[in-house]
Amino acid sequence: MTEPLLAIRGVKAFYGNIMALKGVDLDVNDGEIVTLIGANGAGKSTLMMTVFGNPRAREGSITFQGGDITNVPTHEIAHLRIAQAPEGRRIFPRMTVLENLQMGATVSEPGHFEADMKRVCTLFPVLGERLHQRGGTLSGGEQQMLAISRALMSRPRLLLLDEPSLGIAPMLAKQIFRAIRELNERDKLTVFLVEQNAFHALKLAHRGYVIVNGLITLSGSGRELLESPEVRAAYLEGGRH
Amino acid sequence: MNTQAATRKPLLATALKDATLAALVAFGLFGLLIGLRTGLGPNAALVLTTRFEELAIVVAVVFAGSLLRSLLFGRGPLMAGRFKPLLESRAARIIRRLAVPALFALAICWPLLTYHNRYLLDLGILVLTYVMLGWGLNIVVGLAGLLDLGYVAFYAVGAYSYALLAQNFELSFWICLPVAGILAAFWGVLLGFPVLRLRGDYLAIVTLAFGEIIRLVLTNWQSFTGGPNGIGNIPRPSFFGLPFNEEEDGFAAFFGLEFSSIHRIVFLFYVILALALITNWVTLRLRRLPVGRAWEAMREDEIACRALGINTTNTKLTAFAMGAMFAGIAGSFFATRQGFISPESFTFNESALVLAIVVLGGMGSQVGIAIAALAMLGGFELFRGLDQYRMLVFGAAMVVIMLWRPRGLVSTREPSLHLPKPEPSKGAA
Repeated sequence: MTEPLLAIRGVKAFYGNIMALKGVDLDVNDGEIVTLIGANGAGKSTLMMTVFGNPRAREGSITFQGGDITNVPTHEIAHLRIAQAPEGRRIFPRMTVLENLQMGATVSEPGHFEADMKRVCTLFPVLGERLHQRGGTLSGGEQQMLAISRALMSRPRLLLLDEPSLGIAPMLAKQIFRAIRELNERDKLTVFLVEQNAFHALKLAHRGYVIVNGLITLSGSGRELLESPEVRAAYLEGGRH
Repeated sequence: MNTQAATRKPLLATALKDATLAALVAFGLFGLLIGLRTGLGPNAALVLTTRFEELAIVVAVVFAGSLLRSLLFGRGPLMAGRFKPLLESRAARIIRRLAVPALFALAICWPLLTYHNRYLLDLGILVLTYVMLGWGLNIVVGLAGLLDLGYVAFYAVGAYSYALLAQNFELSFWICLPVAGILAAFWGVLLGFPVLRLRGDYLAIVTLAFGEIIRLVLTNWQSFTGGPNGIGNIPRPSFFGLPFNEEEDGFAAFFGLEFSSIHRIVFLFYVILALALITNWVTLRLRRLPVGRAWEAMREDEIACRALGINTTNTKLTAFAMGAMFAGIAGSFFATRQGFISPESFTFNESALVLAIVVLGGMGSQVGIAIAALAMLGGFELFRGLDQYRMLVFGAAMVVIMLWRPRGLVSTREPSLHLPKPEPSKGAA
């Protein structure tokens, strides 16, 4: 067995005195799409942010490519080629799409910029048409595409996506999920996907984890989880999506 | 037409309601302030006199003003709707394109136009000093989004640096200028460290305190700074070694001109013009460099910045340092122009004025700030004839401007990056 790309071991994280993560173990192997599903407030986004050290894990360890990153400053984590499209997208609203992408390329080689930009514009053609539009004027779905593209500009080894389907039209959500699959299959990009939309996420992912109240309660392949009665009852509620 | 008629009626009703409300507020506010007046009676007793006529006039003015505003412009910002077509007309676009060259030409020619009017020439220098300060503060407030209410501290550091270096070590202005800039930048970093984790209101309060601390130190450290008496006889700058005097080796004699005290003023004008333009040029260049982009991105979203690999600590410190440096340079210019400095020149009012210029100009717009500085300081002088009503008129003017353009005079942000050539969309074909 080779070592996982990202290994989270016994991580506990706090917001003030409230324990948001109560000892989480999670692996993301190279080339995988791993999804983490759970209800609101279960700790999904917290876990993703903990990888970036905000909040910092108070106990446990996070290793990336075999190196301990538990206490690495947030801005240096990006230099290790981990990128994220954070919760709430957090694009730069007054800057143009092009400038947003340029900010995403902060840790990347300047020579790569044009090729990388062309690549994300092929992935999401609508961005190519809006390069000079201000980020804040894009629709929610387009902003999400921009957030993912901005993350891709750093040529990441691991991409963290926090609820890319949240609050956007189902058509666009589908397009985004398709893009994630394409990135994974064609570019061998490893993706760690946090989602509330369990059905789509599990269909897309190789493996999945279920988090409840800061603890991992279930894990398995995407198909296993889709068929497990607990997941069906709690997150799919009999419906197909 | 129908919709017009339908909207007009409730408009009048709401306008009347708004105006009545405004009048009531005015009545409550001014009822005691204007309506009643205490004075000394014949037996040195306190007598209450009433001024209800004046009160009625003020309330009526408020009522009429509010009604007029609602009827003419509706409730939203004044710019909404009605003036848009006017702003986007062809004439307006031409004016906007010509604004920068016109302002530049005016600045270059100003000393020629006002050669015989010392007052206007001095005013030009003053305006340019504030343009430079505005552009410097713009780096901190407009680009990096760090609200700094103590900017005058760096202006003071620059002024005192030059004054003390020139008096104690007899260094020339041209050597002291960069030194003052570096010292101010150093103080900028010094302020930057404790406020790294602060933002918004908290940052504003700490910077405000910092500005006051510097002023109080300057006032109380008598042996070093001269205390409230300030520092006098600060050396005047020379024209690359040629002093502006009547001597044989003076500027006028060297160029075969008749001596005139205005030569020095004209020279000072061009010095501050050059310094301001350097500030502008550096800012525009920095915006295109990674550090400038990081400033702007940090203003938009600090957390996202960090996740993208930007060291926000360094980014903030460079913003403080750059802003402070330009204030320091402007400060040493101020010292050499005045020949005398004291802590009184570096009160919170100055910080507030420079900040007002930046906000009025539209936070981040270089042209907007230049126009705002011109309008503010020009306005101060223009309304001088109004004596005690000056600040009243000035305040009203600012309220009107903020109603008219809530985001500042020039609120559009110029992108810092364009594609080398507009690519024909191959993908679409």
